[in-house]
Amino acid sequence: MSVANKEFKPLIVAFCCNWCSYAGADLAGTSRLAYPAEVKIIKVPCSCRVNPLFALRAFQKGADGVIICGCHPGDCHYSTGNYYTRRRITLLYSLLDYLGIEKGRTHLEWVSAAEGTKFAATMNKFVETIHELGENVRLEDLRCKSE
Amino acid sequence: MQRIGVFVCHCGTNIAGTVDVAEIVEMAKPEPGVVHAAEYPYMCSEAGQNMIINAVKEHNLSGVVICSCSPRMHEATFRKAAEKAGLNPYMVEIANIREHCSWIHKDKAEATQKALTLTRAAIAKVQLNSPLFPDESPVTKRALVIGGGIAGIQTALDIADAGFEVDIVESTPSIGGKMAQLDKTFPTLDCAACILTPKMVDASAHENITLYTYSQVDKVEGFVGDFTVTIRKKARSVDFEKCTGCGACSEKCPSKKSPSEFDQGLCTRPAIYTPFAQAVPNVPVIDREACLKFKTGKCGLCETVCAPKAINFEQEDELVERKYGAVVMATGYEPVSLDKFGEYSYDSSPDVITSLEFERLTNAAGPTGGALTRLSDKRKPKSVTFIQCVGSRDVTQRGKAYCSKICCMYTAKHAMLIKEKYPDIEVNIFYIDVRTPGKAFDEFYRRAEDEYGVRYIKGQVGKVIDNGDHLQIQAVDMLDNKKMELQTDMVVLATAIEPVESAKSIATMLTASIDTNNFMTEAHPKLRPVESPTAGVFLSGVCQGPKDIPETVAQAGAAAAKVIGLLVKDKLMSNPCTAKPDELYCNGCSVCENVCPYGAISYEDCEVNDHGVREVRRVAQVNKALCQGCGACAVTCPSGAMDLQGFSNRQIQAEVDAICR
Amino acid sequence: MQERMRIRAKELLTSGAVQRVLGWKKGDFPYNPEPAFFTAEHELDDLVYDRFCAANLSGYMVEANKQDGKTLVFLKPCDTYSFNQLTKENRVSRDKAWIIGVGCEGNAEVDEMQEIGLLERCKVCTKTEHKVFDELIGEDIQTREKEDRFEQVSDVEKMSPDERFGFWQNQLSRCIRCNACRNVCPACNCKKCVFDSGKYDTEQKANVTSFEEQMFHIIRAYHVAGRCTDCGECSRVCPQAIDLHLLNRKMIKDINELYGEFQAGDDAETPGPLTDYDADTDADPSVVYERG
Repeated sequence: MSVANKEFKPLIVAFCCNWCSYAGADLAGTSRLAYPAEVKIIKVPCSCRVNPLFALRAFQKGADGVIICGCHPGDCHYSTGNYYTRRRITLLYSLLDYLGIEKGRTHLEWVSAAEGTKFAATMNKFVETIHELGENVRLEDLRCKSE
Repeated sequence: MQRIGVFVCHCGTNIAGTVDVAEIVEMAKPEPGVVHAAEYPYMCSEAGQNMIINAVKEHNLSGVVICSCSPRMHEATFRKAAEKAGLNPYMVEIANIREHCSWIHKDKAEATQKALTLTRAAIAKVQLNSPLFPDESPVTKRALVIGGGIAGIQTALDIADAGFEVDIVESTPSIGGKMAQLDKTFPTLDCAACILTPKMVDASAHENITLYTYSQVDKVEGFVGDFTVTIRKKARSVDFEKCTGCGACSEKCPSKKSPSEFDQGLCTRPAIYTPFAQAVPNVPVIDREACLKFKTGKCGLCETVCAPKAINFEQEDELVERKYGAVVMATGYEPVSLDKFGEYSYDSSPDVITSLEFERLTNAAGPTGGALTRLSDKRKPKSVTFIQCVGSRDVTQRGKAYCSKICCMYTAKHAMLIKEKYPDIEVNIFYIDVRTPGKAFDEFYRRAEDEYGVRYIKGQVGKVIDNGDHLQIQAVDMLDNKKMELQTDMVVLATAIEPVESAKSIATMLTASIDTNNFMTEAHPKLRPVESPTAGVFLSGVCQGPKDIPETVAQAGAAAAKVIGLLVKDKLMSNPCTAKPDELYCNGCSVCENVCPYGAISYEDCEVNDHGVREVRRVAQVNKALCQGCGACAVTCPSGAMDLQGFSNRQIQAEVDAICR
Repeated sequence: MQERMRIRAKELLTSGAVQRVLGWKKGDFPYNPEPAFFTAEHELDDLVYDRFCAANLSGYMVEANKQDGKTLVFLKPCDTYSFNQLTKENRVSRDKAWIIGVGCEGNAEVDEMQEIGLLERCKVCTKTEHKVFDELIGEDIQTREKEDRFEQVSDVEKMSPDERFGFWQNQLSRCIRCNACRNVCPACNCKKCVFDSGKYDTEQKANVTSFEEQMFHIIRAYHVAGRCTDCGECSRVCPQAIDLHLLNRKMIKDINELYGEFQAGDDAETPGPLTDYDADTDADPSVVYERG
């Protein structure tokens, strides 16, 4: 295994709510706003659908960063979903930080359906941060690592 | 194991230009469950859809993955195709390899690799899909229109003409809205009242239309097809049934100092009033803040002069609960506050007015009988100057970034109206750009400039100073790139428009979304422009975005058509992606009930058979008609008993696993 | 006091007011009395109550709740918070419990040197008042030695991320997944634990990798966030002496700092902080990054 020689290709899982952020990502696409291909988006109906388990699962399976995107507070399609997200994810990220997991590996951003530019910019910045942090080793599951 | 078919769309070169489509097909084939993979230039075309339908039949597919554009674009299309082939529509998953891949990546190898990952995630998800079946819910065949301006009136008339009952809720004492305040309309210069008032009368006389004026929406419950709305009929203090609209009360009312809302505060009105002569209904209201009887207990003159004994000081707000199948937002707009625009001296100088004030001033039924005079000294101005884009196209914090759209045209109209009546008055217009995209619009604007000699100055005004006799304008002429000063007698500000303040709270009640400017959001900006993303809520008029009267009427009709399309249905199919509890795992703790925004979760004591042990447990129940499928409950559930169909824990984890493979 | 408890329990049991008694009885060693149900008068002679009766009996009420009739339960002040929390979650019914609040002098533990000391939780005790009871026996003694129960949490927070990671690796790698912490926790009362269930592909019976060590404890801390009363039972029973309360208390500290003071079990009505929100004042997750 020659990890050191290989160019680091981070793996990033993005959870996007259907109504705002996924549409924002679509708008980034429609506007041809580039962001790294390392970002892979999973559609959820609302950011409040993101179970902390999903984020941990992603890290376990080899993700180097996890980002959650939802409607801006006050704009949730389901009125209140992202208010719960805000509390849940704040506490989750805080706990991970407390355990010494690099806090740059987790991120949450509110992206509206109209914010294609913000979506692309957010992803570019996040990928950059993950590049600086390098491979996720603190929350990795060695059994899940590919050679 | 599912039998999965993978269909990769070229989307012309949109996808195929950056993603090696053939490679995706080849790489998908060995994936678990995949028994068929194919490509086609346009999967959404009829031929493409037929390809899917035939493959489902031929290969006996139980699941379908389409690698194409965003599911927001064509998920419904492909689900329908699957249904035609006899497959449950929820056995279709989309891998978004256009918006999320081919359009944002340039390197073909990289884009192909990512497209493959997204395809694998969709395959992994569809492996765990199970057929979902929508529930049926009944449709209340009545519509509610919130707002009684031209948008609301037109929507209501169109719905009513189709044979459905419509209620209009209007916050002011009369329907008519902003259009009733306008003088003439561009580009034909026909009078607003002449074309509007017959429609107001039609609405009031229509057997299918009920007007709730001087009323507001207090509460909205329910969902598409079955909304329950509480309407607050504010106390009018006048008995609707008895009043004949003779106007004696208003005439005799001694308290005549309140600024007239209808005349934009340019004149006053009595405490008991109808907003304007053609008001519908022609039944006055008592402004309790201004009424002497309410303020001091003395007076009651209106009661004395009212022959039919219609005055009722004891009247209270009345709450009416009505059921509706559809709700139309037609709440309209207000000009923005000019508090933050001190440079125009609007607050300090009576001769600086807004465009809407100008409409009243130039209106024959207005406070001056249509005579153009300075409000300060009643003098006829020798020069009037218009300033456009006041608060519009303003990217600073104080203004609106958007173009208010109607101002260029009405300013040209105002200029023409002045020139028409008083050819000797000099008219200047400061503009950033003149925007006239509309039928006969540019011709109209050119007429103002060419035929009427209106002076258009490209430039921005820095300051308006009132020096008593005149107004001094400091500006920059952008064509000459020079500072300039101009002396004028009256300044009219083309003030930006914004949604009415109450739009936000009403939208919240309806769980409909609004954008950062408080305009209502469309379900799709191009393909579903009159529907809100919240099912059963439709959009009419400026509440959705700035527009002029013809556009408003067109949109009002379109919204009505959508409402009619909904109300003719006897039953609605609900979204089957709802929460589903597992009674064996449910602790009965109620946290899901607490976070549900729709009140869709309740608890029941049920007999549960837990691996042979029968016991009565308190378990969660989901009302599928109320559940909108947000998933808040599934995540808050401490025991994992609650899951969301279509986005289940296992499905999302499978996607994560596939992406991280 | 033990005698008064026995007498009162016998009275209630023989009169038929309660069907059973939940208390403590002598264990294998003098310093580990264990929770026990008593259903006959003569059994109650085995009821003990001393400073070693640390076990929080509230959690056992979940089982008792399924039985017919009332259960007499002895609760120390801190235990009543757990009882309230369980009532809030409909896991126990207030009507089916006869609660005798018993005075507490602070629970003792025996350390490796066989010396008797005060339990960590009692050194920072803030719960000297019975929040729910039918009657009271005995007096409380304030045992609090430290004003700030979050001091240790702050110490960990002050470490660099690398130090924190090392600290927790050292702690969590000791975990043998005996499940004692989970089983003793009154908040961990799910019918079926996600770690035991194949339902979501989250089954995890042993810590095979360091990830799984972390996973178990992250999920456990998160699972009880907003519901944990900080009763400290997890740390007390851990055979590997992992400072599990530092995880729970971190969640409590964050909740208090971000959403206002909240004590789970203070009452049986107030919604938990994770099932509630404040639209205007709640912090964004970015607060985690900003506080350095």
